[in-house]
Amino acid sequence: MIFPFSATPAERRLLTEGRLSGPMPWVIAIMMFLTVLAAASGLALANAARNVTGGIANRITVQIVEANPDLREEQTRAAMAALAAMDGVSHVARVPDEEIDRLIEPFLGTAAEEEGIPVPTMIDADLSEALHAQLGEVEADIAAVAPAARVDDHAQFLAPLAGLIRSLSWLALGLVLLIGSALAASVILAARAALNTHRSTIEVLHLMGATDIQIARLFQRRIALDALFGGAVGFLSAVIVLLLLGQRIGAVGSELLGSASLPWTAWLVLFVLPLAGAVLATLVARFTVIGVLRKML
Amino acid sequence: MATTIAQFENVGLRYGTGAETLSDVSFSLDTGGFYFLTGPSGAGKTSLLKLLYLSQRPSRGLIRLFDTDVVTLARDRLPGFRRRIGVVFQDFRLVPHLSTFDNIALPLRVAGVEESELVSPVNEMLAWVGLADRASARPATLSGGEQQRVAIARAVIHRPEILIADEPTGNVDPEMAARLLHLFDALNKLGTTMVVATHDIHLLSRVSNAQMMRLDSGRLADPTGLLRNPPREAGRGRRPKPGA
Repeated sequence: MIFPFSATPAERRLLTEGRLSGPMPWVIAIMMFLTVLAAASGLALANAARNVTGGIANRITVQIVEANPDLREEQTRAAMAALAAMDGVSHVARVPDEEIDRLIEPFLGTAAEEEGIPVPTMIDADLSEALHAQLGEVEADIAAVAPAARVDDHAQFLAPLAGLIRSLSWLALGLVLLIGSALAASVILAARAALNTHRSTIEVLHLMGATDIQIARLFQRRIALDALFGGAVGFLSAVIVLLLLGQRIGAVGSELLGSASLPWTAWLVLFVLPLAGAVLATLVARFTVIGVLRKML
Repeated sequence: MATTIAQFENVGLRYGTGAETLSDVSFSLDTGGFYFLTGPSGAGKTSLLKLLYLSQRPSRGLIRLFDTDVVTLARDRLPGFRRRIGVVFQDFRLVPHLSTFDNIALPLRVAGVEESELVSPVNEMLAWVGLADRASARPATLSGGEQQRVAIARAVIHRPEILIADEPTGNVDPEMAARLLHLFDALNKLGTTMVVATHDIHLLSRVSNAQMMRLDSGRLADPTGLLRNPPREAGRGRRPKPGA
């Protein structure tokens, strides 16, 4: 039987210690807890990066910086018309003056409105990816009808933030791999310790004609069950922490923090982690035990 | 015509860099024969048995078992050969956390016999060695003689072609020793080749037609050359005792 969990009661009796008697399941639980948290961080950050850049990465804001109000209005209308006429522009909207006043109020107070300080008009436009790639031509077309126009590319100022988020995602993935390696190393140590504990039984089994695979199956099954138990405990603990953390983030009300949520596909990935941990532990145990047995006659 | 089940030719065994434990050991064992291996402590009896039950490879020489060169045999083919051999270890080597029933059933389980099919033969074996009422007892709760019988039952449950026993009467009283020997003789009559290592020279006279092999300082005493080139009898493996 290669499937690690199908063993007869007699086969299960061959190794003495109960499953939860050693520290192994708890070591695996701690590692799985850390793995799930690291993976959840990575997945949430990746989702945040998508949310932050995906929605507005191809957006531009056109400012008409013209002191003369009549000219400013005229050029604003012309720029909007030019943008609307372009293929690949999905949305053109003038930013309401009230919103602009609200934006500059922390810096200028209400003076701009009261004292007639000229404030540029702003137009938001969502471009297709293809059109965004030809931003220079778009700028030239707008400048032809609105010489006072300045085009701000959102992708440019989002790039450092997106880069940071991506770096953090990679860091989280690195942590997952590191913890996975530590898990594998722990399983190797546990398997070797178990082999030493049961050396006399193994020798008897060998002399009766037991194959390495038969003996390895006894150990891999036990370690697989330890890993499943530890994985489940670690996973559930991490899920509780994640849900509590989610509540706290929701209470902050920050759009940026809120964008770092976990979609259902991410939950699916997290759910697979304890199973993957059990498979990893089983394979490591199998190869470790077979490797040690091969050194015996 | 008797066939050869095991053949040693100029076998030497050395542990590490020390002196040879066995030197130039040559003999042939006939299928169905009964052999006593004697010699003083440290003569190399256990080492020779280890070579015979494939727990050790020799440092030199040739060993053929079941018509196969087992010295160069690939390691992954050893289990198949080991399943044809029964071993009664000097220290029994019962698995301490298993019951008498499970210890005896071990070779059948290793061979992949279904649980439903092993209950009957194991119970028969328990009855045969007089331990039917101790089926669920652990080795630690059994007397030395009982443990010995469990070890023997475990060694013969799968009907091995050759049974190797290392000092099987070393831990039992003379009466039990006689009973065990009677048991071995019965197995031998069923066709199992027997190799019994013992100090007890009184045992030798209790089995008719048994052949004696004597080891001394790692060398097999074979002044007549009979062990190396045994005379063959047509139709059976057992030979008359030398001098009989």
